[in-house]
Amino acid sequence: MSTPEPPLLSDLAPAAGYGGGVSLRRDSRRFMRTFAGQIGITAAFLLLWLAFVVSAPETFLSGKIYSAYAATIPLFGIVAMPLTLVIVAGEIDLSFPSTMALGMVGFVLVWENTGNVPLALFVALLVGAAAGIFNGLVIVYAGVPALVATIGTLFLFRGLSLVIMGGRNATLGATTGSYAYKATVGKFLNIPAQFLWLLGFAVVMWVLLNRHRFGAAVYVLGDNAETAALQGIKTNRVRIVLFVLVGVSAAFAGVLSSLFIVSFFPSVGEGQLLPALAAVFVGGTSVFGGKGTIWGTLLGAFMIGTINAGIVASGLTGFYTQFIYGSVIIVSVSIHAQVQRRFG
Amino acid sequence: MRGVSKKFAEMQALTNVDFSLGRNEIVGLIGDNGAGKSTLIKLICGYHQPDEGQVLFDGRPVKNLTVEGARQLGVEAVYQERALADLQTLWRNIFIGRELHTRGGFLRVGAMRRETAALMRESMGFTSTAVTPESFVKTFSGGEKQGIAIVRALYFDADIVILDEPAVGLSVKETDRLIAFVRSIKAAGKSAILIDHNIFHVYEVADRVVVLDRGTVAGQFRPKNRTVGELTEIMREIAETGKSSVADDEHVDIPETAEDAL
Repeated sequence: MSTPEPPLLSDLAPAAGYGGGVSLRRDSRRFMRTFAGQIGITAAFLLLWLAFVVSAPETFLSGKIYSAYAATIPLFGIVAMPLTLVIVAGEIDLSFPSTMALGMVGFVLVWENTGNVPLALFVALLVGAAAGIFNGLVIVYAGVPALVATIGTLFLFRGLSLVIMGGRNATLGATTGSYAYKATVGKFLNIPAQFLWLLGFAVVMWVLLNRHRFGAAVYVLGDNAETAALQGIKTNRVRIVLFVLVGVSAAFAGVLSSLFIVSFFPSVGEGQLLPALAAVFVGGTSVFGGKGTIWGTLLGAFMIGTINAGIVASGLTGFYTQFIYGSVIIVSVSIHAQVQRRFG
Repeated sequence: MRGVSKKFAEMQALTNVDFSLGRNEIVGLIGDNGAGKSTLIKLICGYHQPDEGQVLFDGRPVKNLTVEGARQLGVEAVYQERALADLQTLWRNIFIGRELHTRGGFLRVGAMRRETAALMRESMGFTSTAVTPESFVKTFSGGEKQGIAIVRALYFDADIVILDEPAVGLSVKETDRLIAFVRSIKAAGKSAILIDHNIFHVYEVADRVVVLDRGTVAGQFRPKNRTVGELTEIMREIAETGKSSVADDEHVDIPETAEDAL
């Protein structure tokens, strides 16, 4: 993409702010239009948190539970970040729980044969990238809708992991001394490393989505794929890169999940599909594409991730978990829909 | 373009079509639905490639034209309904696929906002302070969207602006504005191709009208030599018989010289 840059009109024109003399009310309305969704999710997040603080103050006013959250939320939250971009682009990826396992197969095989943890981590990421490329090719070139294709690869990648490993587990105890272990699931200043990785993924994905040409293409692609193609965006390439981002992130999350419990199970990643998707949708990303924020997904992940322990701490039985999950999802996506109708 | 043909699966969209556009000329491309209008312009903007025949710019044949390549040759298409991304802001729409960016591909958001604000003041005629570069495109009317897309094309220094059915769904007042935009293309010394199935929208602004029917050129006429009524009659005859009993106007010149051939 080497279009010559046109001379900037605004360099020639006097630097007047646009509009000028805009009333406060209109400013606030415009602010609401731009940020309504993010304000909504932030309010919902604070409300949920307040509800937990009121019902279980001794738990939610001490640091311990936050330390637990910081260790577990990243296990699905990290994938939710690139998944947000995929959904903004109007696509979907349901295969990442199995990519988490497939990446770990690569990790285990390399580590068992070389004892080299960083190399094993690198290979896991490569396997994740390959899985993403495979998804992308099936979707772009075979023309299978992403929803269907990634249901297929959800089974395919899990099956491949089981076949290669013969269904066996692996203990990863000997990795705990390595720097790679400390950098992924160790602690910094008493903060679990995986939480810092989650924040890192959030920042990188935010920049990519909002401040990079790639993200600009992602928004247009999800908004109107034909407009994107007619305006010269290489839509196939953008799609494939998106699935690679999810694949690599999923493999990384698979490594975190396994090192965190110091064992590999071929079932790693199972149970992460719905929390990650719920985080994206609770965060206000539109299932129709063209709209969505990383901030929303981050708070969505916190909300989804706090419910389980929050319910138990509040004195309810675990039987309430799914009921409250469902309520939180329905209430928050309804709020998003209403916000869209009023300000969108 | 010379002797261009294009087939989609079993459908012959264009058969041996010659079409030309002179410098600073506004050509109306008229034809019924399915006549091949859209295919023809998609060949010119590099979205499709012809099966047979050549596309020429300044008399030179261009092979394997892409959207990007056509843009570099100064071709900008404005597609009705598909020109803009509705859920995105105005400044993002102006720069779709051509964002101002740093070397790493990072967006120069401030510069794009300032540029958009300057364009709005100077070219789009937005005076209301309620409209800013941060306004979402879906809040604009159909006519405003067309205007935005045309201004965008001229901003990126298009020599040839292609308008695909620009008047569909516009109110009378908006159509007047659209015509003013097309005149501004002519006044800027640029060329345009106006696609429509309705002669009325084209009659006022076109220097020449090319009638396409079932994938072939059925006739070429000059509005200044004809009344709207005559042209409508000719159109009807072509729609029914596939050709016109009226001879083309003044052997409408297919430019062959290097300066003005497309």
